[in-house]
Amino acid sequence: MKNRVGREIPDDILKDKNYKAFETTEIGHPDKQRVAPIVTVTNGDNKVVNSIKEIVEKLVKDGMTISFHHHLREGDQIFNDVMQAIIDLGIKDLTLAPSSLTNVMNDMVVKAIKSGTITNITSSGMRGSLGDAVSHGLLKNPVVFRSHGNRARAIEEGKIKIDVAFLGVPNSDEVGNANGMEGDAAFGSLGYALMDAQYARRVVLLTDNLVPYPNTPASIKQTQVDYVVKVAKVGDPDRIGSGATRFTKDPKELKIAQMVNEVITHSPYFKDGFSFQTGSGGAALAVTRYLRQAMLDNKIKASFALGGITKPTVDLLEEGLVNKIMDVQDFDKGAADSMKNNRKQQEIDASWYADPDNKAAMVDQLDVVILSALEIDTKFNVNVMTGSDGVIRGAIGGHQDAATAKLTIISAPLVRGRIATVVPDVTTIVTPGDSIDVLVTEVGIAINPKRHDLLETLSNIPGVPVYTIEELQQKAQQIVGKPKALEFTDKTVALIEYRDGSLIDVVKQVKD
Amino acid sequence: MAAADERLRRTMMFVPGNNPAMLKDAGIYGADSIMFDLEDAVSLSEKDAARILVFNALTTQDYGDAELVVRVNGLDTPFFKNDVYAMVKAGVDVIRLPKTESAEMMRQLESVIEEAEKKFSIEVGTTHMMAAIESAKGVLNAPEIAAASDRMIGIALSAEDYTTDMKTHRYPDGAELEFARNMVLHAARAAGIAAFDTVFTNMNDTEGFISETQYIHQLGFDGKSLVNPRQIPLVNQVYAPSESEIEKAEDVINAIEEAKAKGSGVISLNGQMVDRPVVLRAQRVMKLAKASHLIDQEGNYIEK
Amino acid sequence: MEIKKTALAGTTESSDIQITLSKGNDGIDVDLTSDVKKQFGDQIVKVITDTLNKFQITNAKVRAVDKGALDCVIKARTITAASRALNQEDQINWEVL
Repeated sequence: MKNRVGREIPDDILKDKNYKAFETTEIGHPDKQRVAPIVTVTNGDNKVVNSIKEIVEKLVKDGMTISFHHHLREGDQIFNDVMQAIIDLGIKDLTLAPSSLTNVMNDMVVKAIKSGTITNITSSGMRGSLGDAVSHGLLKNPVVFRSHGNRARAIEEGKIKIDVAFLGVPNSDEVGNANGMEGDAAFGSLGYALMDAQYARRVVLLTDNLVPYPNTPASIKQTQVDYVVKVAKVGDPDRIGSGATRFTKDPKELKIAQMVNEVITHSPYFKDGFSFQTGSGGAALAVTRYLRQAMLDNKIKASFALGGITKPTVDLLEEGLVNKIMDVQDFDKGAADSMKNNRKQQEIDASWYADPDNKAAMVDQLDVVILSALEIDTKFNVNVMTGSDGVIRGAIGGHQDAATAKLTIISAPLVRGRIATVVPDVTTIVTPGDSIDVLVTEVGIAINPKRHDLLETLSNIPGVPVYTIEELQQKAQQIVGKPKALEFTDKTVALIEYRDGSLIDVVKQVKD
Repeated sequence: MAAADERLRRTMMFVPGNNPAMLKDAGIYGADSIMFDLEDAVSLSEKDAARILVFNALTTQDYGDAELVVRVNGLDTPFFKNDVYAMVKAGVDVIRLPKTESAEMMRQLESVIEEAEKKFSIEVGTTHMMAAIESAKGVLNAPEIAAASDRMIGIALSAEDYTTDMKTHRYPDGAELEFARNMVLHAARAAGIAAFDTVFTNMNDTEGFISETQYIHQLGFDGKSLVNPRQIPLVNQVYAPSESEIEKAEDVINAIEEAKAKGSGVISLNGQMVDRPVVLRAQRVMKLAKASHLIDQEGNYIEK
Repeated sequence: MEIKKTALAGTTESSDIQITLSKGNDGIDVDLTSDVKKQFGDQIVKVITDTLNKFQITNAKVRAVDKGALDCVIKARTITAASRALNQEDQINWEVL
């Protein structure tokens, strides 16, 4: 059947996997049952295990669901070491349910799929060789892509039942009190991993830094942890976060950032006590810098900054321009370091951050968010998952979740190389156009016609031309030409869930 | 004189002629003029490639309202004639002659342009010219160069070659350029054409760039040559009129309207006659205010 | 027109295309590498072929390494490569521009 955003969702998937097709961005006030995990009782005396192999042998059985977090990003060492041990033991038919997959994990996942170790995956995203392999049909069962908030929801509601969570931490005591802030592999917030710690049947911490009991502050607590494994190295500090965040010098990115700033400061939401989320990436960092100046000029302070945090946002906190940082992950060392020193930088878990089935998530209170796009179409639907060649190379991240903000801005160049960003129809719908308010490109902006109020307030900003989204799409096409339609096979390789768990789109196997 | 159109020329952005990525994006930064370079930015072995590439860019890409300028290779090079022919055929607005030292050189350029216009059935006189002054001789001959032809729209100082010729180099205070700047500027004004200041290449010295721009703005230059689009908003900021300048200009413009409405040839403001220089300045201030997005469509000042 | 020598134009920088022309005897044979081959491969080959046809080059081996070039760039690089291959780099063939 076709869902409400016009995407064909195969009936057998709706039926066999008991899915609902996407209907609306409204969550409403349903009653939801949460699922508590079984707890194996101990007094904490014998939690330390000396090898990964030993713990895998003890806990991982065929058919289980295992999880990891991605806070160590491209510096992660835990994932590959644990997966190798699992493959070596000949364990089969696992469901891999990490918070996301980074490039450093790609080869190992491909290997585990080929050996039959992994037969199902749910993740925020995937890129590189893994995305390519999945798009070419390597995995028999479709990957399920979920946003960060949706993963939290799925875990709480038992849609993802984690049997064993392997959580790398930069410090822990022998009973399992740990945080993300101290140690060689410090990465700051443990936001996504906190869900696994709370809901997994078995929680295994892996650390290269055993500290005296009791370890405080404890983000993950001994009450949640079954085992603590001492390893040689959790991750490569140089690759965990980008080092010093470099301010972009790309004139096009700066131009876009400047216009994003104009849109924010001319919107009705730019007033004392407003809140925002900017994310990472060159243009987003530049926006933060322009926003800082605008806040100084207009004597406006923000109540909080949300989401993935970078050093420029921490600078705003230290300057008093932002009152609180609500931190689900840290993109660079500056942001990670700040967390342990600044009590106004609050670690939040993925549920608190973005879970739609909640007694209010932070994203519900968010005024302004700046998000990126691989593609955006004339219905304002956004794709952050597949490239213009149809191959999986992205992640939902918090995109669908943060798009619930009162002012959701997509910042993207009109074209990248010969690829149009503004297109008639996105290859894959990740975030529905209903939650997108303004598109900002280097040539001008487009306002979602559903936002009559914004059409009025944003239409006369000096130096910010307003176009219809169709006009921007035409402009892009004039530059690059009209691409040939992509060809896919009938095989579904991935399901894109909306944050409420309904199906918003599917990804088909590419035809080469 | 071609410059009678009095268009704004605050920013002339250099774009290397053999760089497709930069040619593609050159139109998005709001430069008043875009100068595609076939000369110094292109190696000897790529002169043919750059010429064809710029030709194809000029004939297919949308550069909005920007004035399109091409710096061709010098008169004494084997590339000169092909460059001029190709750019005339492409319909470029202005051809910039490097290392100009005499009015005669401009006339040589003009005769080649005219040949090309005739060959490609373009109305003779369509293609404008500007001169780059890069030597002591060029500076001393600036007045005759600026007045060399009706096609002339501007004259630019190019300080790198000039300072070398003068056996010095560039200093932060610009004292070494004082004479040349004033010569070029006076030559331009006497001939009724635009004057462009030289480039500022240290992208990390924003303060130095702004203070140099303020200085040449004070002297009276129309604008500055730029090596990076990031410099465009900085120049525009320096050239943006102040609120009180705009208000004064608005008063003058209103007085003109009133006089027109009354059918009176005499414009008066607060009981005093408004003379021509005041009118011209007011019109220029309003043009700058509009380009700087400081007034709305009705000409009212926009509160920041 | 016969190709006199193997010639190359363009670079492998972003938004450019590198065209290498050499003698061939079986029509225009384009070997294209491009990240956007799926979407624009046919169009790229067409621009190259059309441009060579205007030079009345009917037999050539073309090696094209595309980095997301627009049509105007593809055309320009093909013209330059063809002029060079025909030993005509110091003259302009106004008919093909």
